[in-house]
Amino acid sequence: MINFQYSCASDVTEAIGLLAAHSGAKLIAGGTNLIDLMKESVEKPTRLIDISRLPLRQIEETGDGGLHIGALVPNSDLAYHPLIEERYPLLASAILAGASAQLRNMASVGGNLMQRTRCAYFYDTATPCNKRTPGSGCSAVDGLNRNHAILGTSAFCIATNPSDMSVALAALDAVVHIAGPSGERTMGMREFHRLPGDTPHVDTNLERSEIITAIELPPRGFAGNYSYLKIRDRVSYAFAIVSVAAALEFDGHAIRKARLALGGVAHKPWCSVEAEAALQGQPATTDHFARAADLLLQGARTYAHNGFKVELARRAVMRTLTQAANASPQSQAHKKIA
Amino acid sequence: MNGYVGTATSRVDGRAKVTGAAKYAGEFAADGLLHGFVVTATIPRGRITRLDASGALKVKGVVDVLTHAHRHPLADKDEAWKDEVAPEKGSPFRPLYDDSIKFNDQPIALVVAEDWETAKFAATLLDVAYQEEPFATDLEAERGSATEVQKPHEPRGDAAAALAGAAIRHEADYLVPTEHHNPMELYATTAVWEVDRLTVYDKTQGVQNVQKFLCSVFGKTPDEIRVISPYVGGAFGSGLRPQYQVVLATLAALQLKRSVRIVLTRHQMYGLGYRPETIEHVGLGARPDGTLDAVVHEAIAVTSRYEEFSRNDTGWAEQLYKSANSRYSHQLVRLDVATPCDMRAPGAASGVWALECAMDELANALKLDPVELRLKCYSDRDQSEDLPYTSKQLRACYRQAAAAFGWSNRNPAPRSMRDGKELVGWGMATGIWEALQMPVAARIVLTANGHAEVSSAASDIGTGTYTIVAQVAADALGLPMDNITVKLADSSLPQAPVEGGSWMAASSAHAVLAAAEDIRQELARLAVAMAGSPLAGTDPADVILSEGMIAVGSDKSRSVSIADAMRSGSLERIEKEKLNHFAEDKSHARNTHSAVFAEVKIDEELGVIRVTRVVNAVAAGRILNTKTGRSQVMGSVVWGIGMALHEEAVMDHRFGRIMNANIAEYHIPVNADIHDIDVIFVDEQDEHINKLGIKGLGEIGIVGVPAAIANAVYHATGRRVRRFPITLDKLLS
Repeated sequence: MINFQYSCASDVTEAIGLLAAHSGAKLIAGGTNLIDLMKESVEKPTRLIDISRLPLRQIEETGDGGLHIGALVPNSDLAYHPLIEERYPLLASAILAGASAQLRNMASVGGNLMQRTRCAYFYDTATPCNKRTPGSGCSAVDGLNRNHAILGTSAFCIATNPSDMSVALAALDAVVHIAGPSGERTMGMREFHRLPGDTPHVDTNLERSEIITAIELPPRGFAGNYSYLKIRDRVSYAFAIVSVAAALEFDGHAIRKARLALGGVAHKPWCSVEAEAALQGQPATTDHFARAADLLLQGARTYAHNGFKVELARRAVMRTLTQAANASPQSQAHKKIA
Repeated sequence: MNGYVGTATSRVDGRAKVTGAAKYAGEFAADGLLHGFVVTATIPRGRITRLDASGALKVKGVVDVLTHAHRHPLADKDEAWKDEVAPEKGSPFRPLYDDSIKFNDQPIALVVAEDWETAKFAATLLDVAYQEEPFATDLEAERGSATEVQKPHEPRGDAAAALAGAAIRHEADYLVPTEHHNPMELYATTAVWEVDRLTVYDKTQGVQNVQKFLCSVFGKTPDEIRVISPYVGGAFGSGLRPQYQVVLATLAALQLKRSVRIVLTRHQMYGLGYRPETIEHVGLGARPDGTLDAVVHEAIAVTSRYEEFSRNDTGWAEQLYKSANSRYSHQLVRLDVATPCDMRAPGAASGVWALECAMDELANALKLDPVELRLKCYSDRDQSEDLPYTSKQLRACYRQAAAAFGWSNRNPAPRSMRDGKELVGWGMATGIWEALQMPVAARIVLTANGHAEVSSAASDIGTGTYTIVAQVAADALGLPMDNITVKLADSSLPQAPVEGGSWMAASSAHAVLAAAEDIRQELARLAVAMAGSPLAGTDPADVILSEGMIAVGSDKSRSVSIADAMRSGSLERIEKEKLNHFAEDKSHARNTHSAVFAEVKIDEELGVIRVTRVVNAVAAGRILNTKTGRSQVMGSVVWGIGMALHEEAVMDHRFGRIMNANIAEYHIPVNADIHDIDVIFVDEQDEHINKLGIKGLGEIGIVGVPAAIANAVYHATGRRVRRFPITLDKLLS
């Protein structure tokens, strides 16, 4: 642990002002990831700006039939909120697939979007890591990379984003509300996280003095045909090897709208409009699911220990689409895969 | 003697543990207590060329930084560093002794501060530089450098020739990865300093072992260092040897003349001992009817460069399966890692997995039912010494476990059973462990109010020693358990070795029994001699202690109370201390046995494995407490599931560092991974082993479980995975 200054922001403007004034500052809400990283000397903020008391804990309906979720709503409150359970069960399911009850109670929605990779080299300061120390090299490319990315990787970083919630938010086409020194703006969830490129130390497109204030869910919730399937090495309290969020809307037997996102395979939730388009207007058959899976995984590149992930992801996509089409979503309470 | 022994008695320390009243090593307080934070090496081999603590020493609250160049004297002879569990050969690791780095995450400095956070922060300010040296940490790459260190048993016949000429032959390598104990409680020591002595609260499986070790390392006498460890939050073998934090806490206390506490981090726990990565080579040669003609078992295991740690991985077939020819060998590869140590069923958990997997493969090749093959090869004698067993109810284990499991409904063909999208597999394996007993002494102090305090230096590492000692004492003294107080794990109490090897139940119970017998004799003498005693004229040998009274064995109505008898002798207390005694018996082999049956369900497309049922039938002599015993075996089964499916310390051999040194990434089963576990205690009366017929339960519950699961995975999928853990990628590739 390192020494740091502490400020408690009383409103969003003050939080932004503090961020702008202190270049080494970081926001803290639930702290479930940041505190761990500070204990490991991976994150060394000079100042923590406590935003846990900001008035960002509301879940409200928007004028167009969507939902506006304050950035500080705890993950568990969101997962068990009646409107989420009823209209966005895919999101509830993805949240409950992640972490543990204790962590979900503490973790905020905004913080979940900001959590950092669990790459072992990122966590171990005795090894090189471009994400932790830019320019030091990537230990995973030629190292232990069984859990690493197969899509959107670069020579600089093959880490994955660990969030389950973000995968569902990407599938649902959620919008991130952001406030900063120059005012407010929004960003699509699919654009929020970045690929590593040659700057893997930058996880998101959030500017340095900006703060997430809310997540907005569009009206379309896919409550009838959805599923979140997370494949991992033990059935709870483990990060995804591969996870799939699938959401379908039918017009008779034809798929009217399809949404797909993958977790555990890239530096961000992995989506493909081509894969989604390939399903639209088609019947829910294995052939079409396979075609969508192939499109989603197009360009996959594997490393020494994660070659199995491509076929696993392909099968997981097909299974999740089948669950969604059959309106038999994967239960997060009963761990047997439906 | 009957009453509490053999019943499902709740833990006497259960309430203290769940309410937090039970204090662990890192929870003891002292005036002016200082806190130490350990700084560890980031390379696996080399020398420290710079260790500059000036930045750390400037931090307010930092008292000192101990290093190899700045420390109180430590013993310089290897013998002084050899605790009672140390390997015979080698030079034990000495923390902060010199500038050499022998393994990654080796302690190189101790920052001592007024509070833990300050110590931890200051530790980040140390300026360390190394001269790195070439190193090797990869067992498979270094396999060629293995040297034989031990033959568990002399060869019988010509196993190589018999194997080569066998009608049916199976040979394969099985790989056990490095596994860490991960007890819930972190290793911790609180060394309380006084001018003329130290009281050391330590997480250990043996307080007197730690006491002797500290005395020899620091040149102290036993009256200057007392070691106490009343509760241990799991150890599983990792606490058999004194760990480095007890040396560092003692060192700092002596150097600074202050009390010092050190609690290791979870990451630092991966710099202690572990179950060594081992390549197990098994060869079995059989006739078409299943008769074994050859057994070859060779183990190649990791040890450190500075000590030779080895256990019996390979000799188990000698006890289990008749074969005219056999050969066993244990080889070591010396790597730049810390010395391995015992971990639950050391040698057997790994070696029996390989043997029992190989037996399953042989059964398949022979088209024999796996149980039938084992019955066909069943050995009623230990072949290495050609001895009968004190008892061996293994046939009953197979029978009862198979019946409870429903084994007769198994379709033997792989991939033949399914449940929806899941393939179903049923597998089984045999388990075996040793029934050991060691010298342990107990003291009983009986007071006239009918209360007894029973004490011994023996440990309770969560196994239930407090409870079984109280049960045995209550029955032997004829008192209710509420009248028994048990004190353990203080080096000033009567002698006991480390708690391990499954020997403490039998050893401590017979120590209590021996001391209680001396109490009985004293009470009988008093009762018979009392004026007007209803026991007058009775042979003291016929006097029993029952229901709080001293009575004639054949007529319990003739009795006097303990209080009256003691008052007649003007005694307030009777104190007896006795060492247990076991008759020497070289004419029997002593083992516990088990039969484990497991069901797995595996998603055919995705490879996700669930262990949906385990039946473990254990024959381990008399079970002192069916409740704590059942819990102990259930815990073992859970660990066996973890060994088969989850556990692996993953090392990056470019850095010689374990990359998943935390319990988020080093996987053990979580609750949701565990389904039905059925524990059956097979009735086994053993009149040879010891008076109470006790064999011990600590290890046997895990042995066989990993193999039963691996065999079930094969039956489900037709795929044989010989490299633990069995993760889904190994089924998909």
